[in-house]
Amino acid sequence: MRSAVVLFPGSNRDHDMVKALHSVTGVEPTVVWHQDASLPDVDLIVLPGGFSYGDYLRCGAIAARSPAMLDVARKAKAGVRVLGVCNGFQILTEAGLLPGALMRNAHLRFVCKEVKLEVTNNDTDFTRAYAKGQVIRCPVAHHDGNYFADPETLARLEGEGRVAFRYAEGTNPNGSINDIAGILNEEGNVLGMMPHPENLIEALHGGLDGRGLFESVATSLAA
Amino acid sequence: MFQNDIEITPDLISRHGLKPDEYDRILHLIGRKPTLTELGIFSAMWNEHCSYKSSKKWLKTLPTKGDKVVIGPGENAGVIDIGDGDVAIFKMESHNHPSYIEPYQGATTGVGGILRDVFTMGARPIAAMNSLSFGEPDHPKTRHLVSGVVAGVGGYGNSFGVPTVGGEVRFHARYNGNCLVNAFALGIARRDGIFLSEAKGVGLPVVYLGAKTGRDGVGGATMASAEFDDTIEEKRPTVQVGDPFTEKRLLEACLELMKTGAVVAIQDMGAAGLTCSAVEMGAKGNLGIRLDLDRVPQREEDMTPYEMMLSESQERMLMVLEPSKEKEAEAVFRKWELDFAVCGETTDDLRFRIIWQGKEVADLPIKELGDEAPEYDRPWVEPKKAAPLPDDAIPAVNDVGAALVRLMGAPDQASRAWVYEQYDCLVQGNSAQIPGGDAGVVRVEGTGKALAMSADVTPRYCEADPFEGGKQAVAESWRNVTAVGGDPIALTDNLNFGNPEKPEAMGQFVRALQGIADACRALNFPIVSGNVSLYNETNGEGILPSPTIVGVGLLPDVTKMATIAFKADGDEVLLVGGHGSHLGQSIYLRDLHDREEGTPPPVDLALEKKNGDFVRGLIASGRVSTCHDLSDGGLGVALAEMAMAGQRGVRVDLGTLTPHVAVFAEDQARYLIAVKPEESAAILADAAKAGVKVERVGTVGGDAVDFGPAGKAPIADIKAAFDGWFPAFMGGKA
Repeated sequence: MRSAVVLFPGSNRDHDMVKALHSVTGVEPTVVWHQDASLPDVDLIVLPGGFSYGDYLRCGAIAARSPAMLDVARKAKAGVRVLGVCNGFQILTEAGLLPGALMRNAHLRFVCKEVKLEVTNNDTDFTRAYAKGQVIRCPVAHHDGNYFADPETLARLEGEGRVAFRYAEGTNPNGSINDIAGILNEEGNVLGMMPHPENLIEALHGGLDGRGLFESVATSLAA
Repeated sequence: MFQNDIEITPDLISRHGLKPDEYDRILHLIGRKPTLTELGIFSAMWNEHCSYKSSKKWLKTLPTKGDKVVIGPGENAGVIDIGDGDVAIFKMESHNHPSYIEPYQGATTGVGGILRDVFTMGARPIAAMNSLSFGEPDHPKTRHLVSGVVAGVGGYGNSFGVPTVGGEVRFHARYNGNCLVNAFALGIARRDGIFLSEAKGVGLPVVYLGAKTGRDGVGGATMASAEFDDTIEEKRPTVQVGDPFTEKRLLEACLELMKTGAVVAIQDMGAAGLTCSAVEMGAKGNLGIRLDLDRVPQREEDMTPYEMMLSESQERMLMVLEPSKEKEAEAVFRKWELDFAVCGETTDDLRFRIIWQGKEVADLPIKELGDEAPEYDRPWVEPKKAAPLPDDAIPAVNDVGAALVRLMGAPDQASRAWVYEQYDCLVQGNSAQIPGGDAGVVRVEGTGKALAMSADVTPRYCEADPFEGGKQAVAESWRNVTAVGGDPIALTDNLNFGNPEKPEAMGQFVRALQGIADACRALNFPIVSGNVSLYNETNGEGILPSPTIVGVGLLPDVTKMATIAFKADGDEVLLVGGHGSHLGQSIYLRDLHDREEGTPPPVDLALEKKNGDFVRGLIASGRVSTCHDLSDGGLGVALAEMAMAGQRGVRVDLGTLTPHVAVFAEDQARYLIAVKPEESAAILADAAKAGVKVERVGTVGGDAVDFGPAGKAPIADIKAAFDGWFPAFMGGKA
């Protein structure tokens, strides 16, 4: 599986993501600078976590308008799989590739802790390796992860099975509506999620629950 | 219009924090009256914060050498060898005064400053920690300070992308008027890729890197070298403003630049900004520096040379550049959208010259500004020590279980999750042990080895006996590194004390340093970097003496790391070092009986070493993976923490011991380990052979820390008390 990780000047989980992709797929991803107007031809594009342009105002708002993102939008439309984690999820909503918005956490503080995630829909390219309804462990680390969408959008997301992950067992860390932790676009090739599966992929991390996500994408592509 | 040659009045001198005899020294040095800019430069270089004038004499007595010490104190940070051509570079620094005035910005810039110290030397920061001391919980300022400082520490480190893997938070009335914010950072570099501040070569370009210069933080270092009084609100403009996004770009740009061979010398702009960094580079390299201020990138209009030289705007660096690489170097900085400006050159005349609008506004001898700042031998007296407490003066409790639950929910013992969950402890993907255990542990990328680090000091011990307290701070840090399986290598210190012009406060400093030095020598644990923060006083009242220590150690194999959590029912719990009896200055006395009395537990350094080496050997050989050191609250608190972490209880047999003494004594040099029952006899035999006292104290199992007839603390109750206090306090309910 060929993958690319887009690097913004304030990305800081790019390296974690590169390591996770390499560890699970065996292939080193290409790192693409945010000013590059054209991405290489890959199977998966990842927008990593961090603070893309400092994010002092709306997280991801500036990154969403970068040259690299214009090409990500084109490629997403053409069916290339795109994964945005944390700041990557914020960028995807700001770019209009995913609906809704990520607001300040309800308690107004940054939160880094482990939560439980329910795999709400396992019939997606990103979640196939998990069982439906399976509850996995996963860390979060963000200040603006409180997902919100208007009732109509929310009804569509829920009705079309586009909620991929939901905070489970009362661990919603940020006040997200319907405990939403990750959502898909209409075509199912773009996933945005706040939790960090790339930080739970080896024994040192104390668990391997995050690997399933990367394994799912690799398997979907091989199929 | 800026007037550089105004009359230098006694009032102006005093407002620059300079004493009359120091001003006389300036007159003598330069043979004329200084200009206003020159006066500002002297005040920036000769204040306590930058010159260490009260502490230098004593700092020189600390042990700083060791087999693994690559670079000791004097550089931006200390450097130790961790094998395979790798080095760890670390330091701790205070941002106490600014954090009290403006908690969010004070704390962020503290974190930013220490990160810069580490990457200036060519290291990528891989871990951060902090030590925070606040006033008593019900003091009207405390919540505001906790909330702002914690958000600030997190706000900077999280965005920059360094995991905060540990720290400490304490409350005490003696910090009501001065909080302590001590920030630590550690980075990794290759031994042949270390960068220093010493300038080399005449006529080489001096380059300004990073963010633009503004008016923030003018006079910050001078502010931090004075006591506070009721006019503190007026000092707000002396606090800098942090921008972690710029710092992150500065990090990446500097590391990229260093690979090109363009960097001859590099120094970050911290306290006293442009002045201190330029003087440091020149003085260390025995060179003069000429700066042309019109070429300094400026954020604001009409800045005077005085403001530019004293600004403490953040995220800036000064570098001496290899001229043939100028284009290459500039391209790196343009890529990261940072300023890059050649603003001066090195000279051979040992002068520090400042040019502004074509005129020379300062011309000073560079060595005297830097190396030859005043140095004082401040008078000191033997500090008052607390009187010993007779055994019969210590009240007992009926139920040690209930007492333990109360202690676990007290402000200093309660869970710090409210704090550390605001810090990203996972970024970079190498965190092996996050806050909540004995030490933070971070793997060295691409290897199986890891570094362990722990921040410690027990200020109430230091107050009762500065010498023993100094020893204890070092010993506890060494013990915590040991308890996760680390081989302690070296430490950094942050010496927070009151007004050194008061003989009693100076005595605390001197005696604490002697204790620290003794412990460092006995434990072969040298000091490689550090910081001194004096004048932590408000309206005449000083803080508790607080020499914070962060010890760093190496785990050759991270898979053999120990954690505090009980792992299996039936495991036997062994107490290395044996039962204790010392309750003077214990939290048992303080938090249950409202008495801060007695002498602190003495530290037997030879015993400390013997017991610690024994425990470390057990962990390294893979025989023990559950270990916890005993400190505040002794055996009881340690058992409660192990039980909560493992979600399983422990049945303790106290035999004929006096329950409250055995459970809460704070004797030093002790650890708890949990071992498979079939292993325990062999471990006890090995201990006997090594001359280490080890006692069986209980068995893992059940849902309580159960002391039998002496009382029982259900884990659910401990957890409710432990988890409940901090959120309730910050929510205004405790």
